[in-house]
Amino acid sequence: MLDISSHDVLLIGGGGAGLRAAIAVAETNPNLSVAVISKVYPMRSHTVSAEGGAAGVIGKNDSLDEHCYDTISGGDWLPDQDAVEAFVKEAPLELMRLEHWGCPWNREPDGHIAVRPFGGMKKERTWFAADKTGFHMLHTLFQTSLKYDAVARYDEYYATKLLMDDGQVQGAVAVELSSGKVQAITAKAVIICTGGCGRVFPFTTNAAIKTGDGMALTYRAGAPLKDMEFIQYHPTGLPFTGILITEAARAEGGYMLNKDGYRYLQDYNLGTPQPTPVLRSMELGPRDRLSQAFVKEFERGRTVEGPYGAVVHLDLRHLGEKKIEAKLPFVRELCLKYENLDPVRELIPVRPVVHYVMGGIHTDLNGATPLQGLFAAGEAACVSINGANRLGSNSLTECLVFGARAGRAAAEFASVQRPPGRHLLAQAAEEEERLQDRFLNKSGGRERIATLREEMQKTMEQSAGIYRSGESLQHAAGKLRELQERFEDIGLDDHSRAFNTELVAALELASMLDVAESVIQCALQRQESRGAHQRTDFPARDDQKYLAHSLVSRQADGSPVVSYAPVTITRWPPAERVYGK
Amino acid sequence: MAEQIAVEVTRFSPERDKTPSIQSFDVPLRKEWVVLDALNYIKDKVDGSLSFRWSCRMGVCGSCGMMVNGEPKLTCATFLTDYAPGPVRIEPLKNFPVMRDLIVEINDFLGKLSKVKPWIIRQKEKPVTEGEYLQTPEQLDTYKQFSMCINCLLCYAACPVYGLDPMFSGPAALALAQRYNMDSRDEGKEERMDILSQHDGIWGCTFVGECTQVCPKHVDPAGAIQQYKLTATQEWFKSFIMPKGAK
Ligand SMILES: Cc1cc2nc3c(=O)[nH]c(=O)nc-3n(C[C@H](O)[C@H](O)[C@H](O)COP(=O)(O)OP(=O)(O)OC[C@H]3O[C@@H](n4cnc5c(N)ncnc54)[C@H](O)[C@@H]3O)c2cc1C
Ligand code: SF4
Ligand code: FES
Repeated sequence: MLDISSHDVLLIGGGGAGLRAAIAVAETNPNLSVAVISKVYPMRSHTVSAEGGAAGVIGKNDSLDEHCYDTISGGDWLPDQDAVEAFVKEAPLELMRLEHWGCPWNREPDGHIAVRPFGGMKKERTWFAADKTGFHMLHTLFQTSLKYDAVARYDEYYATKLLMDDGQVQGAVAVELSSGKVQAITAKAVIICTGGCGRVFPFTTNAAIKTGDGMALTYRAGAPLKDMEFIQYHPTGLPFTGILITEAARAEGGYMLNKDGYRYLQDYNLGTPQPTPVLRSMELGPRDRLSQAFVKEFERGRTVEGPYGAVVHLDLRHLGEKKIEAKLPFVRELCLKYENLDPVRELIPVRPVVHYVMGGIHTDLNGATPLQGLFAAGEAACVSINGANRLGSNSLTECLVFGARAGRAAAEFASVQRPPGRHLLAQAAEEEERLQDRFLNKSGGRERIATLREEMQKTMEQSAGIYRSGESLQHAAGKLRELQERFEDIGLDDHSRAFNTELVAALELASMLDVAESVIQCALQRQESRGAHQRTDFPARDDQKYLAHSLVSRQADGSPVVSYAPVTITRWPPAERVYGK
Repeated sequence: MAEQIAVEVTRFSPERDKTPSIQSFDVPLRKEWVVLDALNYIKDKVDGSLSFRWSCRMGVCGSCGMMVNGEPKLTCATFLTDYAPGPVRIEPLKNFPVMRDLIVEINDFLGKLSKVKPWIIRQKEKPVTEGEYLQTPEQLDTYKQFSMCINCLLCYAACPVYGLDPMFSGPAALALAQRYNMDSRDEGKEERMDILSQHDGIWGCTFVGECTQVCPKHVDPAGAIQQYKLTATQEWFKSFIMPKGAK
């Protein structure tokens, strides 16, 4: 049975970006009704895992321009500079707002906000709440959101489709997981804040829910995704689990060592080793360069062979127990729990791990997509401030700044729109039928979800990893088409309605396959190396041809096609990226 | 063939079953596997209909709490080998209604959480352009521990009072109320006191301390409740000696 409900603004996603946006809507126009759909309870969203911190200029010796420059050079000149300027300017205010809402930021002895250094940043500007920053930010936002009566929640609802009327987005269809009921939720404006898609790769720091659903919903509705080829590998993940050891560990003074105990980053144009951390140098270089250095070390035979492949070591021993407990307690907790080692006394084995997607839904500075009524923010979106390589601690802030912007813009848009008509119900009914025919009532499907998922993940790792080539990407494109076809033959073990987590897994796999194809297509077309996109067959950056955003759209037959849009340059003309000097 | 361990899980489908039953699966016993890995192995390879919640698999999202051999545990932070040679039994969190297999209904907790007003309450907000409310590291320390709660609800599963009296606000909600009460930026303590003293709230707690023992994040909800009672008693006394509004 189909249910229908309506709101003024609908958020799909209740992580950092979604909750910030919901509060912004409620504050912009208290008469609007806001709803948040989330496939997990909002405080379980992936933002909860973020560790290191959130960037925003606050120190006296820092400036907005320096944060801009670090972000733009870190992104290998692909970020839009107007977006970066807006971001950097609003960042400190958004972080301060979170302070007022109760976020337990670390403090200086006199009570002021404390900041820490972070990779690729020339000044100390990363606000932190020990090494559980995302956790504290998310719970602060969630708990604060509880005070707004205007915010309705659809917890554990899974959005499967956008409702469209004459090219305008007017809500979504979602499955209430507890009952399996399909619901049409109409709205005058929709904001997608569904987070990233790290799960298209096998080895990732990303939580199980990061399957690119919102990207896929948008892509299928006809709006383009942007810069999808730029996938960030974080240099320090724990082997096997992929659990992240935050960059803060290096910011506090940790060393990266190869099998000879040598600080190998000095061989990769990242500066000379000093006993204490130097900003924009060595261990505090950008993530793309550090992950690439790992691959080179491996090729030189200077990594350590572990039970789950090659690793290098992160050394925190010289920091001492006191500092580790004060600044990196979660790192210690995770190492003790999952590696059975104590970083106070032992080396931590680490290797690069898929962490973040720079690309996402193409939006403008207010989160608006090319589709009327559709907005996006957070990791699901690409404004773009991250360009070809995101700097650590910019994305939590991005969730706040652009979540708030998208919330305000959607509220204004919704204030002048007429309510959507009830005829949208027909689309929802169609969607309900599709879910039943293709999954719930279907019998005899021969393909298993886990098999297809594993094949997809393996393909992505082999073809679109830290280094790519035309050949590997061609192969992946073909393989993904094959997997799309085999997906048609999927069969579920679970045909019940209440809490059918297998249905969710099938829908997530469908999202991931679409997103994976968009990644491969963008990577194939971009015949240069920039930031996190390194082509062995085109090793140099090519500003003549590719100082441009990839826009990938879905064609009628489901296959992706790529076009390009210019990058906005305001005050920082493209230059060489220099670190360690 | 690698070593195996028998994993016994609760099965329940509201559409099919009147009562839950137990089903046993043989799962490879790998030293790096947590209990959650065993459940995912079953779901991926053997029976896709097994239902359970999980997400971060790093002990921070709070989704994966279940009873493991009778004790409330985060299954992503509990190693399978600790239960070798088995069998190991996985059941839904105690004291909550079961919705499906290992999934329990937790809306009751969310209602209770909202009720304690877990947000900063101030008489007057200052504009963000005026900067932060100063808070020294020592002031931060007074509430920090209570702010570490991941809402995993292991403490509710362990709490004998909640088991008997579902009206009881429970350990995590009270710890979070206290988290705000103790925050130097907050001015909402009295408002929260008023709400909680309306019904049994904290008075239901008998200090068995099971909540603190099972808490994977060392929140010490029992300590929070103790603190809370103390302040509440003081407030209660004050209301006798001073007319309302003059305190
Ligand atoms: C381990 C780790 C550490 C990190 N550390 C840092 C850091 O220190 N600093 C930093 O700046 N960044 C960090 N990041 C990156 C940062 O955490 C993320 O980019 C950011 O939190 C994303 O937030 P979000 O709101 O966009 O999405 P998320 O928090 O992922 O939320 C997505 C939301 O969408 C919902 N959703 C998704 N699909 C659907 C659907 N189909 N139907 C309904 N709801 C749906 C989910 O339920 C969820 O509520 C880290 C990332 C990882 C993986
Ligand atoms: S107090 Fe501890 S056990 Fe209870 S919900 Fe919070 S983290 Fe879980
Ligand atoms: S899966 Fe997140 S706490 Fe276990």
